[in-house]
Amino acid sequence: MIGYVLRRLVSLAVSLVVASMAIFMVVEVAPGDPASFMLGVNAQPDTVAALRAELGLDVPQWERYLAWVSGMLTGDFGTSYTYRTPVSQMIADRLWVSLPLALYALVLSTAIAFPAGIYAAARRGRAGDVAVMGATQLGVAVPNFWFAMMMVVIFAINLRWFNAGGFAGWDDGPWVGLHSLTLPAVSLALPQAAILARVMRSSLLDILGEDFMRSARAKGLSRRQALWRHALRNAMIPVLTIIGLQFSFLLAGSIIIEQVFYLPGLGRLVFQAISARDLIVVESVVMLLVFAVIMVNFLVDLAYAAVDPRLRSRT
Amino acid sequence: MNRNLVLGGVLSGAFLAAALVSFVWTPHDPGALNIPGRLQTPGAGHLLGTDHFGRDILSMIMVGARTSIAVALVAVSIGMVLGVPLGLAAAARRGSLLDETIMRGNDLIFAFPSLVIAILITAVFGPGAVNAIVAIGIFNIPVFARISRGAAMALWQREFIMAARVCGKSAARISAEHILPNIANLLIVQGTIQFSLGILAEAGLSYVGLGAQPPLPSWGRMLADAQTMVALAPHLALVPGCAIVLTVLGLNLMGDGLRDWLDPRLRVARA
Repeated sequence: MIGYVLRRLVSLAVSLVVASMAIFMVVEVAPGDPASFMLGVNAQPDTVAALRAELGLDVPQWERYLAWVSGMLTGDFGTSYTYRTPVSQMIADRLWVSLPLALYALVLSTAIAFPAGIYAAARRGRAGDVAVMGATQLGVAVPNFWFAMMMVVIFAINLRWFNAGGFAGWDDGPWVGLHSLTLPAVSLALPQAAILARVMRSSLLDILGEDFMRSARAKGLSRRQALWRHALRNAMIPVLTIIGLQFSFLLAGSIIIEQVFYLPGLGRLVFQAISARDLIVVESVVMLLVFAVIMVNFLVDLAYAAVDPRLRSRT
Repeated sequence: MNRNLVLGGVLSGAFLAAALVSFVWTPHDPGALNIPGRLQTPGAGHLLGTDHFGRDILSMIMVGARTSIAVALVAVSIGMVLGVPLGLAAAARRGSLLDETIMRGNDLIFAFPSLVIAILITAVFGPGAVNAIVAIGIFNIPVFARISRGAAMALWQREFIMAARVCGKSAARISAEHILPNIANLLIVQGTIQFSLGILAEAGLSYVGLGAQPPLPSWGRMLADAQTMVALAPHLALVPGCAIVLTVLGLNLMGDGLRDWLDPRLRVARA
């Protein structure tokens, strides 16, 4: 197990380094110098040069890359070009919207998908199964931002149960904040729930065909008891993988949903930073998202290896 | 023939036909402004109504289908043309440094949240259909590399491949002549699924303004334009949304149907 963990740690480090280099390179080739962009077209060359020096843009690229990476390791993400505030502070503020939103959506998606998937598997081939599978086909095909717009029309404009956009903040208590995140969370969760329900169903069906399920029935358990006691636990492995993947997907996927609901989250931050050529903010947010995905995958792998020793021999 | 395949084929066929017909004929000029006749609800003159500039929505949907299909099709082709040879090469040299490099590279691309990178690429290189294609296409490469490597590795154990090796054929020739035709079914099915994901991704990118630029009509941008007027004229958002849903649904059903039709063994265990 220790050898396995070490091997995974090395590959984790390599992934992070390559990812950070890729992001840095893509952003660096971006046309447009941030300093001249900020000062406008009529700026004097020496003013631009002074600002470049102030922003640290006059040193070679590899030096800037090293400074960026070593800064991130110590929690210092640099200073925003446009707002002149620490990037780590800006990200932390926005995470208070994006992270709860992603978690909320994940909880909703799981809460919808589990019963739906279990129900469909238990009624395989019958009307209930066909109905659930039909609904998931539709759920996968609906773009979440369009679904969000439709929900705004129904629940915000017509029924007035929710606000059409904006975020109430956490100052008035968690319920007020959660209430204003409900429509965005539902629209993020629905397509993910459809995928998860399909995985849940097919994973359960695989398990239901196993010999030990027949043994469970043979020793006198009812279908229902066998399903809940033996099948469900074994069917969870692929389901947990998908949940792990979905969390990072939800965090990144909230970018478009935040545009629909005018939420001050990470997505809005990226868009504002891109249009203002605030490269350091763009780099750092993208790196943070990639880091989240790589870490989730790493932890899921480790959890499997801890549970199932056979997986340790694979790299 | 099964139900999914027929239904999916009809739906996707309808949108493909609409896109093709739009090259020679649309009910109205999709770019023609007609301010006095704006925001008409669906009716006799304009089957699906008009938008806030009085443009005919049906014509815009037809031309928009062209954009969606073209972007998704090219993105899938990029994924196949680059991903399949990589996967075949990795399978032929299983366990080698080449295999390791290709698979680690795959994992790395998978680790990037695709939407974020698509936004990064289009933001850095400028919004537009071509950059949207590249951004979506890059994420198709590992999908096809992984699926062709997996399928090819199983084939390499088979007797007929053994026989080909005994005959002195090179690994590259075996991959092209014997392995590729045997995994073609799988690739077609995956291609259909990636196609539908590409259409969704293109719609998302155009919705945030990073996809196809005006005057090229696109479904995603029609939705973005509709957003401020959705309470006033819901059909502006309903029509392009339904176009996306039906196309994606059609392609997914077709993918499922094709998989069952091409491989009857899967009918039992299909998810």
